[in-house]
Amino acid sequence: MQCDVCKTKEATVFLTQIVEGKMQKVNLCESCSKEKGVNDPTGFALADLLLGLGSAQEIEKNPAALKCPVCGFTQADFKKTGRLGCSACYAVFSDGLAGMLKNMHKGTAHTGKTPREFQNARKHGEAMKTLQKSLDQAVAAEEYERAADIRDQIRQIEAEIQA
Amino acid sequence: MKFSRIIASSGEWLSGDGPNRQIVVSSRVRLARNLREKPFPGWAKKAERLDVMRLVKEAVEQLPEMSESYSENLEALSPLEKQVLVERHLISREHAAKGVGSAVVTNAPQSLSVMINEEDHLRMQAIRCGLQLDKVFEMINRVDSELEEVLDFAFDAELGYLTACPTNVGTGMRASAMLHLPGLVMSDQINKIVNSVNKIGLAVRGLHGEGTEAMGNLFQVSNQTTLGETEEEIIGRLTRVIEQILEHEQNARALLAQRKSVTLHDQIGRAYGVLSHAYSMSSKEALNLLSVIKLGVDLKVFPDAHRFPIDELFIETQPAHLQKGAGTQKMSAEERDTLRASIIRAKLSQVPEPDIARLQAAAPEPTEQ
Repeated sequence: MQCDVCKTKEATVFLTQIVEGKMQKVNLCESCSKEKGVNDPTGFALADLLLGLGSAQEIEKNPAALKCPVCGFTQADFKKTGRLGCSACYAVFSDGLAGMLKNMHKGTAHTGKTPREFQNARKHGEAMKTLQKSLDQAVAAEEYERAADIRDQIRQIEAEIQA
Repeated sequence: MKFSRIIASSGEWLSGDGPNRQIVVSSRVRLARNLREKPFPGWAKKAERLDVMRLVKEAVEQLPEMSESYSENLEALSPLEKQVLVERHLISREHAAKGVGSAVVTNAPQSLSVMINEEDHLRMQAIRCGLQLDKVFEMINRVDSELEEVLDFAFDAELGYLTACPTNVGTGMRASAMLHLPGLVMSDQINKIVNSVNKIGLAVRGLHGEGTEAMGNLFQVSNQTTLGETEEEIIGRLTRVIEQILEHEQNARALLAQRKSVTLHDQIGRAYGVLSHAYSMSSKEALNLLSVIKLGVDLKVFPDAHRFPIDELFIETQPAHLQKGAGTQKMSAEERDTLRASIIRAKLSQVPEPDIARLQAAAPEPTEQ
């Protein structure tokens, strides 16, 4: 098994930590484990390591650092401040943020309050998902009459959204 | 409304009544909101911050809840006035450091306050006495729904409310309760409790939030995560944990009264003695001793009529409140310590000596665990 940090040497240290009931694993080689201070279990948080891993990789993947077109915020700014520039940044930096949010929070999707103007959109979005699924099933089962019905329902919702 | 009128009366949460108010000093819920595609305050230029402030301030002042309110730009406040607002928990320490382009609006009973351009465009909070996080959430949720009609909040179908810091994204909600836990501290159980609460994804902090020391045996317990659960789920989880801490505290008090009654008498007697006769006192010492007197009121060693005056001292003896009360802008730490001691002496002279006999009579049986 490869080391998760250097990705070259063979992993010999296998760590498992349970954070808030979620199991997190990381595999390290001898030298990386020393560098990360794994020997000292008290001062070591797997979540931090994983978090660090995610952002380091992100920067490697984007040498020409990402920049938010709305506010001009860059990946480097985020690394420095730990805050984002504007609400549009969430979409710009979504790849790097995804892993971070996963480690930070209980889940990755918002299930709480939704502003009134989004409530219909959310309802429609959910209905569309279910309809699309049954449409696929109907087509797979070659039930074309049912598929046509479902397609009509989808068109109706699309029209509602347009309106 | 003028600043002087706001500080003339203490907040409703201090004098009010609420469930379990002996141990749960206050319940607070804060929501973070931002305007769509406007740079967050930490990244915005001055002109952009001023724009957002005008827009938000006008919307907030129009709220029916704010019909009688205090509203001010931060640059118009002196450092001392800002500190008074911090000591009342109406603004955060971070907000007090802001100047041009930031503002605060609070209603007359000080149960509702909105910080404009703190870390987010809006940080609104509701605060009440005792353990009633659900009611407090209802209150702030109504304000949020009203504001949503006039302001275009940054919301994403997947991630929820978008905030400057990813740790607040989703509900943007921080619910917290201020707990008075002298029993757990005296019986050396507090670290155990703090550690186990931290393990289940809740935070325990000192008097003024993140990075502050626990003084006067006061601890703030709050949710740490904001994404993946509904507001009701978060509040439910937090409330259940607080109820357990409450039970442990009550039990610790009962055990102390039963098995370490001499230590308890001694602590209460000494606190009363020092507070009644000291001529110089730091705010930390004052809080720690007042905490013991507060415990004494809970244990009926002092008449219940003195509960409010004692609670008031927790706020009145804070550095900025002292200085504001003295009416001078500049005061040395020694002068403050002298003034603090004299205010406390005056109030304590109204409180009768501790009646230890009542402690024995009032102590409940501890439940074995």
